[in-house]
Amino acid sequence: MLSTAHLSLEQAPPISIPFRFFLTAPLFGIVSGLLLIWAGEAAMVSRWSPLVLSLTHLVTLGFLTMVMCGAMMQMLPVLAGSPVPGIGPVGAVSHLALSLGTGALAYAFIQGSAGWVKLALLLLGIGLGVFAIAAGLALARVKLSSPTVTGMRWSLASLVITVALGMLLSMGFFGIVALNNLPSYTDLHLGWGLLGWMGLLLIGVSYQVVPMFQITPEYPRIMRDHLTGSLFFGLAGWFLLEIGVIRGYWSSLVPGCWMLLVTAGFPLFAGTTLHIQRLRKRQVSDVTLIFWRVGLIGILFGYLVWLIGRALPEAATAPWYPLLLGTLLLFGGAFPLVNGMLYKIVPFLSWFHLQNRQLALGAFHVKLPHMKGFIGDREARLQFYLYLAALFLALAAVFRPALFTRPAGAFLVLTSLMLGYNLLRAMMRYRNTKVLLNQTGSH
Amino acid sequence: MTTITETMTSDHRHCDGLFAEAETRIANGDWEQGAQGFAEFRKTTEHHFAVEEDVFFPDFEQRTGQTMGPTRMMRMEHEQMRQLFSELGLAVENRDKENYLGLSETLMMLMQQHNMKEEQVLYRMMDQVYGGEVSDLLKQAGSF
Repeated sequence: MLSTAHLSLEQAPPISIPFRFFLTAPLFGIVSGLLLIWAGEAAMVSRWSPLVLSLTHLVTLGFLTMVMCGAMMQMLPVLAGSPVPGIGPVGAVSHLALSLGTGALAYAFIQGSAGWVKLALLLLGIGLGVFAIAAGLALARVKLSSPTVTGMRWSLASLVITVALGMLLSMGFFGIVALNNLPSYTDLHLGWGLLGWMGLLLIGVSYQVVPMFQITPEYPRIMRDHLTGSLFFGLAGWFLLEIGVIRGYWSSLVPGCWMLLVTAGFPLFAGTTLHIQRLRKRQVSDVTLIFWRVGLIGILFGYLVWLIGRALPEAATAPWYPLLLGTLLLFGGAFPLVNGMLYKIVPFLSWFHLQNRQLALGAFHVKLPHMKGFIGDREARLQFYLYLAALFLALAAVFRPALFTRPAGAFLVLTSLMLGYNLLRAMMRYRNTKVLLNQTGSH
Repeated sequence: MTTITETMTSDHRHCDGLFAEAETRIANGDWEQGAQGFAEFRKTTEHHFAVEEDVFFPDFEQRTGQTMGPTRMMRMEHEQMRQLFSELGLAVENRDKENYLGLSETLMMLMQQHNMKEEQVLYRMMDQVYGGEVSDLLKQAGSF
């Protein structure tokens, strides 16, 4: 017998849980932009510069992971029929610890302070640990699995590996423990974070939301059933091969060739998504869709640059090369995908919670705003164009840092401000309508 | 053998197509075709709801003794969608494009996740419960 719990939306968490994560993300976007403005071209010297490390973690933890954790807590009961246990305290603790921990880590890199990094590791360990345990329990309890649930499981496992490697690395970086081969461990850390945690969650969630948002055909069955698992084991194989290199068993050519095979899964996924989106039945213009197109094309370009780096080792060792790759994949790939999702999740959640409230109270004479009443198309589009300007300026800054770093930072501040404004306005409208419902409902 | 899952899923896709067509027309300002398209979408979807509410759900509730379970949730979501249908109808009457597109976005999200739950859970449960009697029930639904 299949689970009937699957159908219950009454298990959805209180709206304040996902919203606090979503509202915090633009703040880290603003801080990242300010850091670029403050540092100028010094921020673009090399991937090992403390400023770049600080900036990378502000974006990956403060913006991307922040939204992904909030969204996952929201989606688990709805998409997988399995609520996160203890959602109230889990949401509050993980949000607070992730926010403070990210801030502390960014500061620790800039200051080069081992004291701050210890604090950051403690906070991030608590925040992400609590999240991973709670979400892991929810995923373990899912009775009827689906390709989306599978993707979430592999993604969460990758997060745990990423965090463990990150802790090891930062202790090595700050001389708390002795660690050789820092570059190899760094590659592993960012590979698991970017391709595992972010990539696998993105793929798993896409299986559900891409056909749903634009009414497209389904992803091919074989892709849905096997891609996320294959990628996870591909990453696990790479991990072992890299350890082999560190131990001196074989040359770095071995894991290099292996990854050539594994990473091909991502352009395959991005290309398939662009393809089924072209076949969509729903033709009306859509902000989420344009954000997604940029992100998917960003992934394709990122893969191309990665391939060029494999073919031309002299290009790959240039200081600008990892900066270009990172900018393309993080700011041109993951960022717009997450940003675009917010424009569907936030208005729908707002409407949905209000509608349930209205049904419960029987207050049918109160008119609820529709989705675009929470976040207007015009404002969302403006934020998209500000983002696009920030992306192109950031790419230009990789090659002409003196000229473009500060403008890129300024546009990052602007687009984050606009995103924050859009989300805040949606939440104000939610609150005002809820007050109205409660007033009339109590008569 | 045809299953409830297959039959009803393809019915969902048919409704999706009508929905998207009406929305595109109205977005392009073609109110005449758009209004017609919306009316057809509404009629077809109401028929789909009726088949579920009057044939499949009562039978399922009787056999499983679950009247408060998933079928109740699905009926509630049908009501939510009907409320949006009437608001959309009003927007069509008033030729209010902005309102229509905001409402249609909302309906689309509600409808898609409703369909997902039916296709991935409820219909599959029904196919299990009915076993060999599925074709009788489908016949009954077809003459509905």
